[in-house]
Amino acid sequence: MSDTRTVRSRGTVTIEVESCKGCELCIPACPPAVLTMSSPVNRKGYRYPELHAGCTGCAACLLVCPDFVFEVFRFDTPVEHTLPVEDEPADDEGVTA
Amino acid sequence: MTATTSSERVLMEGSEAIVRAAITAGCRFFAGYPMTPFTEVLEHSARLLPDVGGVCMNAESELEAVGMAWGAAATGARAATGSTGQGLSLMQESLSELTLAEVPLVVFNMSRSQGDYFQATRGGGHGDYRHIVLAPQDVREAIELTQLAFHLADKWRNPVLVYGDYLLAHTQEAVAIEARDFGALPDKEWAVDGSRSGSGWSATVTPLGVGKTGQRQFGQEGKAQYIATKLPLLEREVRFETGHVDDAETVIVAFGTPAKFVKYAIDQLRADGHRIGYVRPITLWPFPYDAVHAAAANARVVGSFEVSTGQLVDDVRIAVAGQAPVEHLGGVSTDGSGFGVGRLLDVDEVATRILALHRGEPQPPIPGYEEFTYELAAHQQEATP
Amino acid sequence: MSTTATPRGLGPVLDTRVAPSSGARVVEAQMPDLLLTEEHSLCPGCGEPLAVRVFLEAITELGLTQQAIAVAGIGCYTAFSGSIDVDLVQALHGRAPSVATGVKRMLPDSVVFTLQGDGDMVNEGLQEVLHTAARGERVTCILLNNGVFGETGGHMTSTSVLGQRTKNTIDGRDAELHGYPILIGDLISRLEGVAYVARGSVHNAGAVARTKRMFRRAFETQTSGAGFSFVEVLTMCPTGWFVPTADGPGELQRTLGEVHVMGELKVDGKIKTTEELHDENVPRQREIEAKFAAGGLDI
Repeated sequence: MSDTRTVRSRGTVTIEVESCKGCELCIPACPPAVLTMSSPVNRKGYRYPELHAGCTGCAACLLVCPDFVFEVFRFDTPVEHTLPVEDEPADDEGVTA
Repeated sequence: MTATTSSERVLMEGSEAIVRAAITAGCRFFAGYPMTPFTEVLEHSARLLPDVGGVCMNAESELEAVGMAWGAAATGARAATGSTGQGLSLMQESLSELTLAEVPLVVFNMSRSQGDYFQATRGGGHGDYRHIVLAPQDVREAIELTQLAFHLADKWRNPVLVYGDYLLAHTQEAVAIEARDFGALPDKEWAVDGSRSGSGWSATVTPLGVGKTGQRQFGQEGKAQYIATKLPLLEREVRFETGHVDDAETVIVAFGTPAKFVKYAIDQLRADGHRIGYVRPITLWPFPYDAVHAAAANARVVGSFEVSTGQLVDDVRIAVAGQAPVEHLGGVSTDGSGFGVGRLLDVDEVATRILALHRGEPQPPIPGYEEFTYELAAHQQEATP
Repeated sequence: MSTTATPRGLGPVLDTRVAPSSGARVVEAQMPDLLLTEEHSLCPGCGEPLAVRVFLEAITELGLTQQAIAVAGIGCYTAFSGSIDVDLVQALHGRAPSVATGVKRMLPDSVVFTLQGDGDMVNEGLQEVLHTAARGERVTCILLNNGVFGETGGHMTSTSVLGQRTKNTIDGRDAELHGYPILIGDLISRLEGVAYVARGSVHNAGAVARTKRMFRRAFETQTSGAGFSFVEVLTMCPTGWFVPTADGPGELQRTLGEVHVMGELKVDGKIKTTEELHDENVPRQREIEAKFAAGGLDI
């Protein structure tokens, strides 16, 4: 068994951090659940979304964002991320790659 | 059939003459709701506008009427609406706001009396705004003033109200609809037509003072201030007529169709040697304060003659500024329906009242209501001091 | 760079400050072409900007930009009257449909749409929209329905649902005191001059995508000259609903969404009532959500 695993990102986003108002609608909207809210806050005082490996470029986050924070891209060739195995979730945690 | 510009005199009622004059001035949109005595203006519009490629909408209420006319005027078209006083009451929110939005709408009030004077000149709506108000005395003058209304509305990007009445709307006169040219006006660059959408410089017609991002922003206060700077300029549009004022001991002020009765009566009284003169405001707003003030300078008494309990008289008092006492002549007078012309509008009745004022005698009661007094109920009686 | 501790199961936070310089294409632009700025003063979690995005995109995609004229009502969305890059006439509360009528009658080749809220259209302006629809005006009326007067702070409107708590129905809308909500789409669909009526929602990405299709059909209806078109969009108002922003979509589905059901109420001459839409709606939503999960829906 190797100590790494591969997660593929078919897409990615840019996040306009200072536009975000911390509504968190993007978090549950993301089908592969690769968005999480930050700990630090932006200049307006809101936490903002951060992206992890596994984006599919589906644009769900963009569609539900009231503040035009996201731009969504698809890679010509999916990007492969190598992640350490100790970050792998247990079977009952739902993360898809 | 093209716009009826002609020097041939044709017998027609005031309502039709007004609509033909509007069309001659380029009006291509009208919306209205039937209400006496305005209804015929809508009927003639419905009949005549399509012939010149215009649109007449049978609005479902006065609210729709003023809204549709607002939209049409916002595209740069010459547009009008109207009603009688009650219908204009319904339109007041829109009439107030579209003044702030600088929409050049022409509005006709075919009034049931002269008791809409306050509504017209003070504005029946909210906020601080003014409309230019034109008051024709007969059908012939209405043809000119209707065309002037569209010109002034566009010149100033401000609504103009034409104050008519039952007598004006329903009297037939032999008139020619002659086109009047009041001078060149700039293009309506502010109007919306979709062509600038997507350019970053799209147009906005709004009372709120909000421009597009990156364009000039007035804000609400700024917009109101900006409109306020227009008011002294609008006052230049004052128009009036005077007669026999140079040596007048008594001066009468009157507007609209009753003014024609007043003028005729005064001509007769002059022939009998009485030194009586008149001032007839043609613009009710801006009111000819200076002309009335000058006429009152050497007068013993000034009277306003109006078919109402006394609204014009307030402006006359302001104008006279204490130079002479000011009295109200006339009163509420209508027919059995409440829409039309009452017994007061009669040359002899008018002359009697003017002569009584001139002689310092009491005013006669309104014909038919000699016995009317308000009776206080027992609980309203108070010990008089 | 964030110092967030990586949640269990996810990789590290990726750099999302700049676009990929090569090897990628834009799937969805940050802003619609017809919006001049992303800044607005609407609340966090407000659903209205989601609707604004998709109708502006629909106009651009259909090539209607230089015909487009907006007539805005009065409500929170009035904030967009300065940032929507479309020739615009600002109307009074409830009165946009008649203003839109005047514009369209003078400029029949333009694409005229109103932007109104439920308080604006269904309270103040109920007769305006009904008469405009009955006349078959070739305009598109857009209703942003959040079941409250948002701009005054969250008060009951004619579309608020029974039991809904607002500042003037603090114990919940009570039929005895406050009457019943009006399902405006059903009223409009029965009028003969009306060619297209749809009710969308923005509670999740699938609903937003579905709503965008409704806008496209509505504008196509206008340009075809078939008659009046109408799109209602249920939007979240967490402020007016007294819920945390993240709970907005769930609250929408539980309350407004149960009464004002998503779907097309009138298309190609066929009318469906809101009751009939109840049954179709759930599988259709599931279908769209599944497509998103599988990697995106081509909108």
